[in-house]
Amino acid sequence: MISLQHIERVFQVGDEEVHALRDVSMTAAGGEYIAIMGPSGSGKSSLLNILGLLDRPDSGSYELDGVKVSELDEKEQARIRRHKIGFVFQFFHLVPRLTAFDNIALPLMLAGMKQDERQERVTAALAAFGLANRAQHRPDQLSGGQRQRVAIARATIMQPSVILADEPTGNLDRNAGIEVVEILEELNHQGITLIIVTHDPELGKRARRQILMVDGRIEDDR
Amino acid sequence: MTGNENIAHPEHPMQIRDILSFSTHAATANRGRTLLMLLAMAIAVSSVVVLISLGDSARHYVIDQFATLGTNLLIVLPGRSETTGGPPPLLGETPRDLTLEDAMALTRIRTVRRVSSIIAGSAPVSVGHLERELLVLGSTSELYEIRHLALNQGSFLPPGEPTRAEAVCVIGQKGKKELFGNQPAIGKWLRIGDRRFRVIGVLSPGVSLGEDLGEVVIIPVAAAQALFNRSSLFRVLVESTSSEGMEQTRKAILDTIRVRHEGEDDITVITQDAVLTTFDRIFKALTLSVAGIAAISLVVAGIMIMNVMLVAVSNRRAEIGLLKALGASRRQILGLFLTESTILSSIGAGIGLLLALLGMRLAAFLFPEFPLHLAPWSSTISLGVALITGIIFGVLPARRAADLEPAFALARR
Repeated sequence: MISLQHIERVFQVGDEEVHALRDVSMTAAGGEYIAIMGPSGSGKSSLLNILGLLDRPDSGSYELDGVKVSELDEKEQARIRRHKIGFVFQFFHLVPRLTAFDNIALPLMLAGMKQDERQERVTAALAAFGLANRAQHRPDQLSGGQRQRVAIARATIMQPSVILADEPTGNLDRNAGIEVVEILEELNHQGITLIIVTHDPELGKRARRQILMVDGRIEDDR
Repeated sequence: MTGNENIAHPEHPMQIRDILSFSTHAATANRGRTLLMLLAMAIAVSSVVVLISLGDSARHYVIDQFATLGTNLLIVLPGRSETTGGPPPLLGETPRDLTLEDAMALTRIRTVRRVSSIIAGSAPVSVGHLERELLVLGSTSELYEIRHLALNQGSFLPPGEPTRAEAVCVIGQKGKKELFGNQPAIGKWLRIGDRRFRVIGVLSPGVSLGEDLGEVVIIPVAAAQALFNRSSLFRVLVESTSSEGMEQTRKAILDTIRVRHEGEDDITVITQDAVLTTFDRIFKALTLSVAGIAAISLVVAGIMIMNVMLVAVSNRRAEIGLLKALGASRRQILGLFLTESTILSSIGAGIGLLLALLGMRLAAFLFPEFPLHLAPWSSTISLGVALITGIIFGVLPARRAADLEPAFALARR
């Protein structure tokens, strides 16, 4: 369950104030599939950052699974990110010096899980995402689709309740893009809330609910 | 609800092993910068260790020299080293000379075993047309025992009244070689200044009281008085019967001389302990100041670490943002980056220590006559300082990393 109430976010750019989000309110039930769309600069990435606790709103409240997360301190917010939210980025954001295995294991490592437990979970995840024979490859030895699959495996390894995907296909060719979207949709079928930010209408249409952002406001929600 | 959260997701700190392996990976990923940092730290640590070790070696060298003096030795010097209070005397006070008669008076003290007078000076010593400037010591037969001298050939100055100026001399090994070559010297005559002396002994090579015994000529003290045309003694060496009676002996010497010098305390008596303590202090201070100068290079290395780490933080903005998105707290990021700079500085310090060890080995090989060794505590100190440097200069970059806004750090560039 996600509930945003009257979220405002203002950035100071030089001596000009930019309203990235203006009075944004929305709710999402667990297991929903939402596409956030809109032209660039419309505030969709800002909204995603707020939803992912990567940024704090200037005002308004945010409740996630019954917890008022907008009132938590930095450390507790980090905990929420770790356990409840999985991120998938356009540029994958894999750590270049680490193998696929170690990239997927990162959240478990940060959570202090012991190595043998980690081994089991990461091996299972690699197999589930068709990466079993890529475990010891570094990102630069993987194709774009494989990289994004590693990133998705990493995003889901902590079994989050929400996946936030920012243009997940934006840097992939068509086939790899479709493959990645299908993986994300399959996760959604299993009950994870999936929120995708995209300006690709074709991708947006696949979601059951589309939120259109214009100029920091929710223009349309259906 | 928050309570339930805690049960569902018990909080664990990161495993130490993971912190270390992650940071080591990160630290060594960029070879160029890693090498630079290691080099700076290695040079800094090795220079600190080498300089401390040299200072410490010099201290040991000097102390060993004085330790060969013998434990029961008191050295009597003319003149007073400490000032007593009160106004300066109206009539100029010149310290009285320490004379041969003073020295002879000291032999009558009950706790004194041996007394030897010394006059020192430099004079040309010649055999035929060969001439060398050597250190001429006027002394007595007791010097042999008091200073633990050893002879290569012949005999030392004959015992007897110190006032007798016999024309005999004992020469050092090097002087003998220079003046007589490989010819036997015993029984030969040589000329010191305008006087002739017969060689009766050759000293074993060695160093005593900081003087190279190879380049001395020892003649009877009375002969030296005549040679240098001076009656005052340079030193009187007194050997006490026991080490416990040193203080008593010191007082007795002062009393005896005071009586002989019309109530004036115009001599100084120093003991070997006092000399050793003084030298120990001087060399420790020297070592510390040299180490302090070398420590500047540690600061330079520290600033280098800071610089390199700051570059690393800005190069790895996306990674830091990612770690935060994956649930790393501020503290975790701080810990990871501090560990990274500490690992780098410790590896550098390790290499530096190794360099220092090799350097000292090399120096010991090139200069075998000096007892060079790695100061035992220098490694501990420099490793400690290197770690502290790594941490102190790592804090700023690590804080910068920890304070990065994740949304900003992840933003596409």
